[in-house]
Amino acid sequence: MKAKQKEKRVIAVTGLNAIDSPGPGVAVIRALHDSEEWDLRIIGLSYEALEPGIYMNDIVHTTYQIPYPSAGTSALLQRLTEIHAEENIDVIIPNFDAELFNFIKIGDKLKEMGIHTFLPTLEQFEARDKLNLFAFGKKHGFLVPKDKTIFSIEEIPSASAEFGYPLVVKGKYYEATVAYTLEQAQKAFHKLQAKWGLPIIVQEFVSGTEVNVAALGDGEQCISAIPMRKLYITDKGKAWAGITLEDPTLIDLAKKFCKETGWRGGMELEIMRTLDGKPYIMEVNPRFPAWIYLTVGAGQNQPASLVKLALGESVSPFTDYHVGKMFIRYSWDLIVDVEKFQQVSAFGKI
Amino acid sequence: MKLRRNIATSESGFVFNPTNGDSFSTNPVGTEILFLLKEGMSFREIKDALVNRYDAEPSVVEKDIDDFALALKGFNLLEYES
Amino acid sequence: MEKLKYERPSIKQLNAGLMNKFGLKTEYNPVTHIDGAPVKQIIADYGSPVFVMSERQIRKNYQNALRAFKTRYPKVQFAWSYKTNYLSAVCNVFHQEGSWAEVVSGFEYNKALNNGVPGNKIIFNGPDKREEDIRLAIENDSLIHIDHFDELYFLIEICEKLDRKPRVAIRVNMDTGIYPMWDRFGFNYESGQAWNAINKIMSTDRLELVGLHSHIGTFMLSTSAYAVAAAKLCDLAYHFKLKYNQNIQYLDLGGGFPSTNTLKGSFLPGADTVPSIDEFAEAITTTILNYGFRQDELPLLMLETGRAMVDDAGYLLGTVLATKRLSDGRRATIMDFGVNLMFTSFWYDHKISPAQEFSHHTEDMVVYGPLCMNIDVVRESVSLPLLQRGDNVVVHKVGAYNMTQWMQFISMRPNVVMVDMNDKVHLIRRAEKLEDLQMMEVMPEYLEKHEL
Repeated sequence: MKAKQKEKRVIAVTGLNAIDSPGPGVAVIRALHDSEEWDLRIIGLSYEALEPGIYMNDIVHTTYQIPYPSAGTSALLQRLTEIHAEENIDVIIPNFDAELFNFIKIGDKLKEMGIHTFLPTLEQFEARDKLNLFAFGKKHGFLVPKDKTIFSIEEIPSASAEFGYPLVVKGKYYEATVAYTLEQAQKAFHKLQAKWGLPIIVQEFVSGTEVNVAALGDGEQCISAIPMRKLYITDKGKAWAGITLEDPTLIDLAKKFCKETGWRGGMELEIMRTLDGKPYIMEVNPRFPAWIYLTVGAGQNQPASLVKLALGESVSPFTDYHVGKMFIRYSWDLIVDVEKFQQVSAFGKI
Repeated sequence: MKLRRNIATSESGFVFNPTNGDSFSTNPVGTEILFLLKEGMSFREIKDALVNRYDAEPSVVEKDIDDFALALKGFNLLEYES
Repeated sequence: MEKLKYERPSIKQLNAGLMNKFGLKTEYNPVTHIDGAPVKQIIADYGSPVFVMSERQIRKNYQNALRAFKTRYPKVQFAWSYKTNYLSAVCNVFHQEGSWAEVVSGFEYNKALNNGVPGNKIIFNGPDKREEDIRLAIENDSLIHIDHFDELYFLIEICEKLDRKPRVAIRVNMDTGIYPMWDRFGFNYESGQAWNAINKIMSTDRLELVGLHSHIGTFMLSTSAYAVAAAKLCDLAYHFKLKYNQNIQYLDLGGGFPSTNTLKGSFLPGADTVPSIDEFAEAITTTILNYGFRQDELPLLMLETGRAMVDDAGYLLGTVLATKRLSDGRRATIMDFGVNLMFTSFWYDHKISPAQEFSHHTEDMVVYGPLCMNIDVVRESVSLPLLQRGDNVVVHKVGAYNMTQWMQFISMRPNVVMVDMNDKVHLIRRAEKLEDLQMMEVMPEYLEKHEL
């Protein structure tokens, strides 16, 4: 017997690419279903016809293709307007780094249409970018490895004089190599320049244990923070299994982060704990990580809380979570008829 | 030239090649050509049929059909000539 | 029975490839009019290809930029950058709006004079000023922006001969945190070279230093670099005042503001990522206002922005010459315009729209120009409707640099028209003819005859 009728909510989610380097969408959707708060209708938003989430019909009710981020905000807004006319979306949760810029930009327009998002501001989004991270850390009092943005190979020696070897050579968008000598650094510079263009970022090497924190900020304070250490890593560098940790330093760091920056939305802090225990922020991902379903297992359903915040409800900060909860990722073969694939590819809707 | 016998086509413009798993989509004129090919028409007959139905110069249709046939061949959808 | 509308047959493989973050975009909404003038009519009247300038858009851009600066800073003057587009009709739209002229050669200088710009409203920039140009500029009381010490000494020498004291500024280059640093133009700030140049000017009695000029780069996507540049110019002006007890009359922040074109290789379209003129204005004016000048000693702020003013006011209308299939199965479309007319296609992914209705079916294609040269590629990869020979297209945002950097190569340059405020179309540069080009050639007598 139902105590009361649950409210109908239509939530659209991107990042349905639950592949070997997975997007967080499917995990976010599972978390929403687990919350049992609402009478849910989940709309998948996909870029490619083979994103597995499209075909998971028990948890994703229907999926629409949306234009690639590179098509820009006007194409995205036009497509979302069409979808909204069909589906009457309450909340959109974007999950790709590459699409966030566009979703943040059109946030106000979506709101006018009645679609809620819960995203960081453009300033916050850009401040935590790889190229600006050091300045960001300095401003807010976080430990961040020193770095130097360089345009020429001639600049490596002055950077190494400052940081010493080994140092990390990073591409503008992706990829990083640890270089132990000048020759290795030069080689990495050429390789990354050819692939991603200039500038190249040279970063101080910080050794220690890598830990990650999935967190949610409401714009003022931290609502939830779950620290996790990867136990097994795939050849693509993604977590295959991980475990929640008891680590008040990391929780405090996440709290300070949300408070200092006024962070709104989900995030993942990639942290290196040095041997003497200092937490260096290596990267700030401005969205939920792919392992976000572990927060549900740990007792803090971050995606469901984000939906409540997006809808304007207040959510009080979580205090407890289960330490020692693990996730072990697995792959699962869905069986699909070719018609479904054709339907998605040609009509952009299923 | 003939369409391979086992190629599946649908009215909505889907084409599926069960031999190698490739899928395609065609626009309405493309769909119509595939349909007529399946009926056993030659490209020449198809050209005449299209010229009758559509507002287009025969030379244009002829060129387009040749180009379309090239695409079909490139996608491995045609029977090999003996 | 009425015949159905024909569209050429197409077949497209459904993508089963890997996730691709850098996808293609479709650009298939037809553009049938430039302002109120029908594309088809313009082509019927003036041929294809044809450049079209929108007077309305130029004025709108100018007024918007002026508003952005004037609402923030009391004294603002724009100077039209001739090299961006020196078709006289285009220049005169800017001059009617109140823009001075900014030129970088004797040729451009004379063009500005011919357009009726008073000599004292011409800014003469650039590293190449010949003796006769400099003499003319001095006679006309133009503002001469000195680029290097050789020019400075040469200028002093000429002034001694003429016994005149022209108004000058120095161009200053500096580190504004951006790459590449344009240190090839002007005197360097950080090394003290700029300050030395100022002292040299003040030590002779031949030149009157009235301005400081910088131009930090082109297609700048960072507004903060302009704040740095403005601060460094303010610094020089301030120390100048301390040492010589005179005021620098104007700071010229140059140009370099981007248009909303999309640079090749950039992930997001220009329209979403390029800062607005207001953001540049905010960075520049707050820096100068907060520097600490007395209100009555605030320098005039000059700007020479070109690209951002005119790029989106220019269109190129063209026609499909042929469509063909390349050996790898890709579609190729050959247009009647190429890199000869659109120099900017080397660094922009220009948006191309069809000029007539199509179905929603599209095809990925490479767009080639008509030149018999392998480099003649307009778009390496773009998704467009099923274009046929004879279809018309509209290329967007070609108003900056194309009508000055175009090449008379293989074919001649086409008509340029302007759509006025009432949507009337005017020819502003007629297409070149064989005679135009032959006119300049001279045949040595012994080569006049041959027997074939």
